[in-house]
Amino acid sequence: MRVSKFDRPYESGRPERHQLRVENISLSFGGVRALTDVSLTCEPGEILAIIGPNGAGKTSMLNCICGLYHPQKGRIMYGNHNLARTSSHHLPKMGIARTFQNIELFRHMTVLNNLMLGRHVHMKKNILTALLYWGWAEREEIENRRFVEHVIDLLEIQHIRKQMVGSLAYGLQKRVELGRALAMNPGLILLDEPMAGMNVEEKEDMARFILDINEEWGITTILIEHDMGVVMDISDRVAVLEFGRLIGIGTPDEVRENPDVIRAYLGQDHGGRS
Amino acid sequence: MMATTQCGVFHESYRSDMQLRPTTWQRLRVVVVFAFIIILPFVASAQNLRIANTVVIAAIGAIGLNILVGYTGQISLGQGAFLAVGAYSTGLLMHYYELPWPIALVLGALITAMFGAVFGIPSLRLKGLYLAVATLAAQQIVGWFVRNWDPIDGTKADGAARELSMPRALFFGDKLNDSEFAFYVVGMIALVIVAVVATNLFRTHIGRAFVAIRDQDIAAEVMGVNVFQYKLVAFATSSFFVGLAGGLTAVHSTNISFERFTIDVSIEYLAMIIIGGLGSISGSIYGAAFVKLLPEILRDVGLWIADQGWLASGQLDQYLPFAEDAAFGLAIILTLIFEPEGIVKLWSDLKAYFRLWPFSY
Ligand SMILES: Nc1ncnc2c1ncn2[C@@H]1O[C@H](COP(=O)(O)OP(=O)(O)OP(=O)(O)O)[C@@H](O)[C@H]1O
Ligand SMILES: [Mg+2]
Repeated sequence: MRVSKFDRPYESGRPERHQLRVENISLSFGGVRALTDVSLTCEPGEILAIIGPNGAGKTSMLNCICGLYHPQKGRIMYGNHNLARTSSHHLPKMGIARTFQNIELFRHMTVLNNLMLGRHVHMKKNILTALLYWGWAEREEIENRRFVEHVIDLLEIQHIRKQMVGSLAYGLQKRVELGRALAMNPGLILLDEPMAGMNVEEKEDMARFILDINEEWGITTILIEHDMGVVMDISDRVAVLEFGRLIGIGTPDEVRENPDVIRAYLGQDHGGRS
Repeated sequence: MMATTQCGVFHESYRSDMQLRPTTWQRLRVVVVFAFIIILPFVASAQNLRIANTVVIAAIGAIGLNILVGYTGQISLGQGAFLAVGAYSTGLLMHYYELPWPIALVLGALITAMFGAVFGIPSLRLKGLYLAVATLAAQQIVGWFVRNWDPIDGTKADGAARELSMPRALFFGDKLNDSEFAFYVVGMIALVIVAVVATNLFRTHIGRAFVAIRDQDIAAEVMGVNVFQYKLVAFATSSFFVGLAGGLTAVHSTNISFERFTIDVSIEYLAMIIIGGLGSISGSIYGAAFVKLLPEILRDVGLWIADQGWLASGQLDQYLPFAEDAAFGLAIILTLIFEPEGIVKLWSDLKAYFRLWPFSY
């Protein structure tokens, strides 16, 4: 019996969740110091927001966690793995998924196929079975399709299932990108500005989805967002970056009171993206 | 009746939703195509059947190239070399080891797959045109080998390009390089199998990973696709089919020589998949047919013009090569301008038009 559509499909199993420990990482590009000696932890099941002005190093931080950038100094521990020394394509196996600031979907694929690609690491059949298709590969496709349909229901994108992603409105693309990450059945999800460029209604929907997957699926969430209202509303803790340094971390209330943060960030115009 | 539209199709299970030909209309099309395939060899002249056979071989090679270029986004100018590797390894396996031709064909394709994977290694670092230039190296290396490697030569005429004379390949008593009918049966079976398995590939996670690499390789990597490994798999899979096309060329011939696998051939194949449609299996077949039939049609037109007395007899042979080149160039330019997704798109537009007909707007 399905109690709610937010339950994970029982056959897929729960991914392991670990504490994420970022330990003293520094990252620079030539002379540009994107991150300087940043340390923070993220507990299993929490929603941690990373905020900071443009160019503060938020995206670089996510890129370090998911293996796209390799920091010159420091470690990023997730379970027993040092993510700072891991290539990106190994992360999904550890249950880590992400979305991108500038939507990096597969534009010439349907929504369904984008989500099916999220299942990639769960699909093991080799090239010979793939060429024959009928039998093993087909069975694997169907099993994984079931999980994907669950995500489609959850995000309410049934009506665009067969559409090419490139032809969709911006807000919907953001939602599909979240869906692709969810299809992986992750334990930790990294969201880079999931609500940027959305109208109020779309933002509300997205905030609801983020809370739902966190509460019902138990996914640890690290989220970058400029909309302070949303951030203070939905996150358990907030980390603040400025010029590549961590200047504060704590509950929304603590961060609101932190003088460094007030000076650096909240004191300025914080109506949204510049 | 054509009154039913696509939106009238509902699927009861994921399985039926994932089927290739869900509507009656599409099934009917398959029946028509197969009827054509079966009837053709009984009504076509030997001359026309020979042309059909070159189309069949080209279609297999174009499907192979499209897997790499159209689906995975890795541009290759090494098609001629890959065809040559398939042709020569098949030929040599038959010549020296006296292997039966079907086994030699499969082994030749496997050798080409490995060769392709090796030449895919630069794709780790190189993209787009730079990769294309690197694949050009394959063309040069193979060309050099074929011209200088002794085992390949049959009778060498002092340094001139050598030829490998093909042993007999028998199919129910008919020689494949003699009976166009026999070759048609073999080639067409191969083409149908290749088209089906290639289509299957893109219904699975492996094919999807190829397309993901083409569309957005960083996102693919983050979603768990080992991009480099999959690029090599794409090179190998593509080269397997291309090698098969090369092997079929070999068994279709009395002897093989390198002139048939030059850079021109690489470009001709790129033309096929651009005109037919990048990232489409059926498009590869349409494109191959178009590119292989165009010169024949031009020739017929030329002969007709000569018959009218508008050309002196010698002039036809003089103009024809230019006319061919110009026609190809024109075809590619027109495709790129008007239907960048190729003949396949033209066909689906047509279908969309008729689906709504007579209420199209
Ligand atoms: N690949 C790169 N090469 C060179 N410099 C880079 C690279 N990626 C980031 N940077 C630099 O690192 C700094 C931090 O950039 P980052 O993208 O992490 O900022 P951000 O906090 O995400 O900003 P935004 O809010 O605008 O998205 C910037 O100065 C940026 O120019
Ligand atoms: Mg950013």
